[in-house]
Amino acid sequence: MTTRTEKSDGVLRRVWANPASRAVCALVLVMLLGCFFNAQGAFFKLGTHRDALRQASVFGILACGMCLVIISGGIDLAVGSVLALVSVTFSLMSVHWGWSPLLSVPICLAFGMACGAVSGGIISWFRIQPFIATLAMMVFARGLAKTVSGGMKVSTAVKNPDGTYRYVDVPAVFRFIDNRILGGNLAVVTVIFLVCAALAWIALSRHRWGRYLFAIGGNEEAARLSGVPVTLTKILAYVAGGLMAGVAGLCQAAQEQQGDPEAGTGYELTAIAVVVIGGTSLSGGRGGIGPTMLGTLTIGYLDKILSINAVPEASRLMLTGVIIVLAVLAQRRRRS
Amino acid sequence: MDSAGSTPAPLLVNMTGISKRFGPVSVLREVSLRIFGGEVLILAGENGAGKSTLIKILGGVHTDFEGAIEIEGRVVRPQSPLEANALGVAVIYQELSLIPSMTVADNIFLGRALTRGGLVDDGAQVRQAQRLLDQLGIEIDVTRRVEDLPIAMQQLTEIAKALARDARVIVMDEPTSSLNAPEVEKLFNLVRDLKARGCGIVYITHKMEEIERIADRITVLRDGQHVGTAAAADLPSEKLVELMVGREMEEQFPRHQTKAGEERLRLEQFSVAGKTRDARPIVDSVSLSVRRGEIVGLAGLQGSGASELFLGLFGVYGEGTGGKALLDSQPLRISSPRHAIAQGVALLTNDRKATGLVLSLSIIANATLADLPKLSPGGWRRPASEQAAAEEKAKALSLRAANLEMEVGSLSGGNQQKVALAKWLQIRPRLLLLDEPTRGIDVGAKREIYQLMNQLSSEGIAILLITSELPELLAMSDRIAVMHRGQLTAEFTRETATPEGILEAAMGRVT
Repeated sequence: MTTRTEKSDGVLRRVWANPASRAVCALVLVMLLGCFFNAQGAFFKLGTHRDALRQASVFGILACGMCLVIISGGIDLAVGSVLALVSVTFSLMSVHWGWSPLLSVPICLAFGMACGAVSGGIISWFRIQPFIATLAMMVFARGLAKTVSGGMKVSTAVKNPDGTYRYVDVPAVFRFIDNRILGGNLAVVTVIFLVCAALAWIALSRHRWGRYLFAIGGNEEAARLSGVPVTLTKILAYVAGGLMAGVAGLCQAAQEQQGDPEAGTGYELTAIAVVVIGGTSLSGGRGGIGPTMLGTLTIGYLDKILSINAVPEASRLMLTGVIIVLAVLAQRRRRS
Repeated sequence: MDSAGSTPAPLLVNMTGISKRFGPVSVLREVSLRIFGGEVLILAGENGAGKSTLIKILGGVHTDFEGAIEIEGRVVRPQSPLEANALGVAVIYQELSLIPSMTVADNIFLGRALTRGGLVDDGAQVRQAQRLLDQLGIEIDVTRRVEDLPIAMQQLTEIAKALARDARVIVMDEPTSSLNAPEVEKLFNLVRDLKARGCGIVYITHKMEEIERIADRITVLRDGQHVGTAAAADLPSEKLVELMVGREMEEQFPRHQTKAGEERLRLEQFSVAGKTRDARPIVDSVSLSVRRGEIVGLAGLQGSGASELFLGLFGVYGEGTGGKALLDSQPLRISSPRHAIAQGVALLTNDRKATGLVLSLSIIANATLADLPKLSPGGWRRPASEQAAAEEKAKALSLRAANLEMEVGSLSGGNQQKVALAKWLQIRPRLLLLDEPTRGIDVGAKREIYQLMNQLSSEGIAILLITSELPELLAMSDRIAVMHRGQLTAEFTRETATPEGILEAAMGRVT
């Protein structure tokens, strides 16, 4: 006759069940791995950590957007291509046409958001599976990037009307993004990554839209029947993904000092891996930005440790694949 | 059942002492069933009486049961549907088991393909399948894919598939749910044909008009027990209904006397269109009125359209509704759940896990989900207000949980239902649609929900209640409307409502 009082689980169970703490465990393990395989002390140098962070930043930015999309129950395979598209466009505008960053940056970001909006629209209105819709966008955006760039890398070598080449200076905005601050210890792209993560975190945990993302990812039908504006929420998730891809594209262009239409190939898979290792479930409804950042660090450091130990790239890829499967297995919720 | 001078009908199936439990819940208790050749046996009973479970045991789906099954004298225990088929039993379930992307011929020979030299002999399959259908009088081109056929044809294909296996015992569970009048005739002709061939047919239906037409004998189940079997001639509809209902009606949950106010909801010829253009409407011209502070019970058996009436009102079908709906004399704008909520309509669905709650989110998140626009003005959430709102509702509903941040998925059924109710109370609805609010929850929680319903109606909220538990319906409703096949067949007041009257109306008797 009495209603049971629901008890929470024990402390240890809760730690393991919490995706954030599992992500911390993963990172700690990787760090221990680095301490062990420290390549004659290289792991303990400040420069190593600086580089690891900087190299992980572009993936981290992509992962922030990917995290939002995955939480809503979707997936975005197009972010690598959108990165390339924005990278190429930004280079054209800044290097070849000499546009002010006040013009080029917003336009490029808008470009990224537009791609996201198209993906989101196709998924929501035509009810096409996210995998298929974003796969199509991935191919389309890549083609668009090649068209815009004329099939070549957009670099500081500018073609003259008479067919010869001249070299222009690297634009100020490129140098700004590629710079380091704090006495050379913190890359600007890392700061950009942290800002993106902060914005995504705020949206996810403090805004109504974030709650809606979780609801849709957890149970779309129940969310709809509870008055959640499903269509708009989902489209905005992909717009956010496109925005992050755009930011990543700006960073990529500045770091490489060119706009490469082939850039970002496979980045979407790394972004997905980062999000998943961080503890966000691919089926949606669970996850967060904090764990995603831990996932970024984990993959970033893993890659760094392998490279300072001169593990050839082929083996690095294979090992990363194995780690991804192990990470997902470790995430399996124990069924009561 | 045998008339003078004819040979006695052979006993094809004899089930005795059948008991089955799912965990602690006993679904069947010492049930017996006898199926004779050359006759149609109606298996009757309310929702939840145990009919489906019983035939699933015969059909080899449930293999863990007590009791004995004899088929033509041999004691058997089918361990799979395939074995049941081999024993001559074919069960046609409501959920069709056809492969939509394959042709009719392929489906008929599913699992027993005709081969020639190791490869499937398409030609022979098509010829034999077509011959079978022609014999049965079913006009379908067997080379068409099942998914391209209208649902009625699919159902007939399912029947043909069962017959192709030379079954002696054919069980049909609600076979006419998607058929229109001429197709029902075809089915009945089929049934008579099978009878003439000596097959034993078990026909599950709650449509009185069908029972009267084809029953030879009727077996009645109630609450998992066999309460009686008799020849159809000895069981006219009133007696049949009495047998199905039979229990003592106690005033277990007295309803407060409330003074009903002005009319809050008015439905005039409200309809929900069928899934395809030529299908019959799921809700057919229902006219209903609910006043402030009133609880109107909506009764109906499976396929009655009651739940769909709620979904239609709530905007789930968008513009796919017809007729008029007025809320407090203003036209109710029906376009989406969001708009329904904004107008003060709340819907508690009949499946809290699938459509009522997001199990991965916390109690607070679920309880505030529908009201988030008001709780987060400008879009920014206020965790403190959300917490306060959830706590207030938890207290009002006696929701006992150690911590409101717990995932709803880990709560008991009763507490989960309370979270769903909390969500709807939060939006301060004018009209509350409750679809099976006490399904699957313990007695204590049920009582609390009844008290809540009393309290809400005394605050002036209009409540529409769907429940398949007759005692609950009779105890809590001020008025009862009964639906059958999408139409309103009867209305009762508290004084005029009887279990038999309600069930008869639910089975198609228009009063």
